[in-house]
Order: sequence, then structure tokens, then C-alpha cells
Amino acid sequence: MAIFGPRANLFMNVALLAAAGGVTFLLILIWVVPVMGYNSQERYTPRQPVPFSHKHHVSGLGLDCRYCHTTVEISQNAGIPPIHTCMTCHSQIWTNAEMLAPVRQSLAEGKPLRWTRVYTLPDYVYFDHSIHIAKGVGCTECHGPIGDMPLTRKATTLYMSWCLSCHRDPAPHLRPKDQVFNPHWQRTADTPSGKELMAEYHIHPETLSDCGVCHR
Amino acid sequence: MNLIDLPGDAPVIEPGVTLRSLSEEVSDRVLRPQAPRWWWIGFGISLALFLTLVVATAWLFVNGIGVWGVDIPVAWGFAIAEYVWWIALASGGTIVSALFYLTRSPWRSATNRIAETMMLSAAASAGIMPIMHLGRQGFFYWLFPYPNVMDVWPQVRSPLWWDFICLLCYILMSIMFYYTGLLPDLATVRDQAQHRRKQMFYGILALGWRGSARHWRNYQSVYFIMCAIMAPMVISVHSVVGLDFAGGLTTGWHSTQFPPYFFFGAVISGLALVIMLTIVVRHGYGFQGIITAYHLNAMGKIMLTGSLMLGYSYVWEAWGPIYANSIADRTAFLDTIFGTYAPTYWARVTLNIIIPQLLWLPIVRRSEILLFLISAGIIVGMWLERFDIVIPNLARDWMPSYWGVYYPTLWDWATLAGSIGLFLSLFFLMMRFLPMVSISEVREIIAKGETK
Repeated sequence: MAIFGPRANLFMNVALLAAAGGVTFLLILIWVVPVMGYNSQERYTPRQPVPFSHKHHVSGLGLDCRYCHTTVEISQNAGIPPIHTCMTCHSQIWTNAEMLAPVRQSLAEGKPLRWTRVYTLPDYVYFDHSIHIAKGVGCTECHGPIGDMPLTRKATTLYMSWCLSCHRDPAPHLRPKDQVFNPHWQRTADTPSGKELMAEYHIHPETLSDCGVCHR
Repeated sequence: MNLIDLPGDAPVIEPGVTLRSLSEEVSDRVLRPQAPRWWWIGFGISLALFLTLVVATAWLFVNGIGVWGVDIPVAWGFAIAEYVWWIALASGGTIVSALFYLTRSPWRSATNRIAETMMLSAAASAGIMPIMHLGRQGFFYWLFPYPNVMDVWPQVRSPLWWDFICLLCYILMSIMFYYTGLLPDLATVRDQAQHRRKQMFYGILALGWRGSARHWRNYQSVYFIMCAIMAPMVISVHSVVGLDFAGGLTTGWHSTQFPPYFFFGAVISGLALVIMLTIVVRHGYGFQGIITAYHLNAMGKIMLTGSLMLGYSYVWEAWGPIYANSIADRTAFLDTIFGTYAPTYWARVTLNIIIPQLLWLPIVRRSEILLFLISAGIIVGMWLERFDIVIPNLARDWMPSYWGVYYPTLWDWATLAGSIGLFLSLFFLMMRFLPMVSISEVREIIAKGETK
């Protein structure tokens, strides 16, 4: 009796092809999945306890970023405002709005609101808001058109390649110091060139992509 | 047959071995339902050592490489020394198998399978070492230049990365080379098998080999090309391992002689291990007629050649620091031969260079016991040499303020024992389930009447 039937070759070929196809598929997955928004969570817009609108407060009312994010110029963290900051206005206006009930409750109970973090960096990444502000990187470079967002969303991938794209070539992302907090700033003919701004801020990209700059 | 006969006059294959008896004998060792007792004992010990590796690796992964003795300034310890040691042993298998195929040496045909089996097993032990040595073992895949969102890429100017590529290609090529050489033998085993499951198993592995003239023509040209690739490849692989060191500015490492130095070490240590395993297989499987004094004599001579080549490198290793006007190099070398690690230096000179000179005597090359002992000494001596290259030089770097001493911990020794266990376990498994002598090539020698 023959060891193998007449279709043995067919089975073998199909198995080999399937193995090759499987490996190819796996390689494609490794390539494609990371660049998908599903993986990077770009446009991630979490539900918040109060549907706070940057569009209304910043573009509509003209509040400065630093009115709420008070430590952005001096600290790693931009800072989430205490409930009293909200109450500077909301103790006077919209005092009975249903939407703001959690804010009033927070003040009454002395418990901070639990906002959901939108921008998360891993612990092994050292990031400092103040140095970026000091060197003329505008808020919108990383936070996107934050002044036009009715609900705060993640505007970038936060991938290391994204960080490096600016650390290796900062010039196009710089602006004059007085425009850093302007959410609608556009480069005009009078704006100093990126090169001039780099010189002004003493930015040296040749060391900006050293490992130890962000991984300390 | 008395001992005064020159071993070179021994027949390549004993006259009693015929085409039929060869196929039956070699296949029988694979197909017999019960492994001999010595196999079970050997495999049991190997497996126990392998379990040591599992435990040592688990402990390492949980705690990090702090469990080893490595620290600043000696940041490369046992793992790197043993990586070089194992890859040299693997390379020795390829040298026997590929280099001496190209020279058409008749002694190669009965020993090449042992050498190749050793090559794959040793390559496995070599391959795990650099990965264990990584601080973050889970990220070893960063060595691949794959598209990633971090925008990081391997440093292609580093010999360490060349080494990774070389080792990867070498291991892949070794597997294919081994398997190609095995194909006709797998078909023989399939044809000899009586049980359906074994027929199926070896039949699938034999990939439908029928031994037609066309099969043989394609097979022989493929095999020749593979040998022609493997022979220079093994030289380049081990040279690049040498560049790992020569590329660094550490005292005692930054030397142009390292690539050939390392290759010479591969010749001698690889041959030594092949001789030891050949003696084990020869007696364990009763292959005295197929593997004869002729084979051991030839391999003994090549091991002697390797010893002389290595001795030449040892002379240069000493001459360089003395001749060059570098106080740091000289200090490091003097410390190697007279300092903390002096015993390892003199032990390796004795085991690798002085004792192997006994091989000049034909009577030594005929004695399996002496061959086995000298080979075992060389294996140990080569381990000491790798230790001596890696550790004393790091311990005596350029700045005296940067000097230190390295002591291995229990886990270093456990890793060494475990890697030996991995090697032996793989070797014993392949010895049980795959033919240990190339049936087709020995048949060719018998058929052509080249048995002398």
C-alpha cells in the first residue's frame, strides 16, 4: 500500500502556500496596524464629566489659555484648573444650567472633577510644557485646532516618529513669542523665518534628537 | 591491526561495509523502537541541564541582568564570551562540512552529518546568548530594520549589528544546508521504515524524494552551490564576531588581527567538538566500520593545524601591545598574563597550544582516548580564551580610575551549564530521530571503490 494517496502533493502544496501566505499576512499587519488611527487613537474624544468646549471659551469668549492652564509656562504640566477657576464666571452666569451641575456639586463637596486625560505619554518619556512654550512652539502645534474644538480630542498620534519630526526639523513649527497662545495664528510675510526664530531661541537641532533629551 | 600502523593507512570505510548493510545499519539507529540505555542517560542529563537554563533564564527575565556579575566597567561578561565560544563551535561544524566538501576530502563524508548536527545545536546555544545579554530582552526585535512608528533604525555602522545580520543569515543558511544534505537520507529512512506512522513522518520530511536522475542532478548542483556559499560565509560570520571587539576602542580589543584570530579559534574548537561527538557516535551506535581511524586521524591533523594557527595569533596578541607605543594596551596585556586573571591565560595557552602539539605523533592520533582528552582540553581552553578576551581587557581600560574586577555569580554559571544542556539536548534528539551518517555520500564512496 502506498504511503501517500494521489492527493498528497496537493495537500502539501496548499499547506506550504498557506504558511507563506500567513507569514506575508503577518508582516503586512505589522506594517499596517501601527499607522491606523485605531492603533494611534488619533481623534480620540473621550466623554468628560462636563462637555467643556474650548471653541466657546477660547474662540468665542477670547479667554487666554493661561487663564485656566496656569503653570504651562513654568512647569512640566500645563495644569488642569481647580473648580474655583470655573466658578469665577459660573458663580454668576449659567448658575442653574443642568450641564454645569457636576461643577456646582464639586464645589459643594470639595471634590475635584475627574476629567478624562486625552493626551497620555508613557512614563519613560520626559516631556516639559514650559520649555516648548519658551522656545516658541505654539499650543496648536501639538493640540491641533484646539480653539475650534467643541469637545477636546487628541489631534496627533503622539508616536515617537511624530515627536522626532519636529525635534529633527523644528524651524517650520516655531512662531514669535507673542503668538504662542494664539489658536488661529498664521504665518504672514512679516513673520521672521524659521531659521531666524531658531537663532533667536538658541535651538540646536543636532542635539535635539539625542536619546537623553526625552528618555532621561 | 597494531598500533605501529600509521593511522593514515587505515581504510576510509572498513571492507565489511556494503551498500545494503550501510543503509540498514544507519536507518536502524533511527527507526528502532527503543533507544539504547546510554542514550537515555545522556539525554536525561542533558535535559536536566536544559532545565537549569529555563530556570536561569526565567530568573534573569524577572530580575534583569543584575543577577549576573556584569557591571561597570566589565559590562560584557559570560554571555558574550559564551556567545563567541558557541558560535565558534558551530562554525567548526560548517568548516568540516562545507570547506572540506569543496576539497573533496573522503573523510568528510562519514563525519559531516555529525558536524552539521553539532553546528545547528551550537548555533541555538549561541543565538540565545546575545538576547539574554540585552537589558530589555523583550525588545530584541528592534534589531530588525522593520517599519516602525518610533522612527528608530538599527545603527548600521556598528559591527554589533553586522553581527546580528551575519548570525541570522548563518543560522537560516545552516538549517537549509543541513536539510538539503539530509533529503536523500530521509528518503532512505522512509523506505526502510516498517510502520506507517514512521513512513508518513519521514515521507513528509523527504519532500517526495524518489532518487531519479533528475533529482540527483538538481540536488548535487544545489548542494555544491550551498557549500560554496557556506564556506566563505562561515569565515565572514566569525570574522564579524571578531569585529565586534576590534570595532571597540577598549584596550586589547582594538586590533586588526581579531577577525582571523577568531576564525582560527573556530577551526580548532569546532574540530575538537566534532572529534568528541564523532567518538561518542562511533561507539554509541557501533559505527566503527563506517567511521574509522582514517577519519579521526584526518581530523586530528586539522585540529593540530588549527592549534598552530591559533598559536600564531597568540604570538601576535602578545607582540602587538609590546611593540605598539601604548602604555594602556601594555598594562592591560601584562595584567592579562600576570594579574588577577593570569591562570586563565596560562591555562588556555597550555590547553590550546602546548598540549595539542602531541598530535604530531601518529600514535596519539590513533588513540581515541587521547584524542578525546585533548579535544576536551581544547573546548575548555577555548572557553577560557573567550573569557580572557572579553573580561580582563574591560577590567583594565584606559583610565586606572575605570579599573575593576569581575566575579561571575551563580546565575552566570547556571547559564553556562544550561547552554551546554540546550546544546546536548538538541544533539541527542537529532541523534535519535535523524541519520547521523550521510548514507548517500558514504554509498557514493563505496560504489566508486574509494574505500582504499
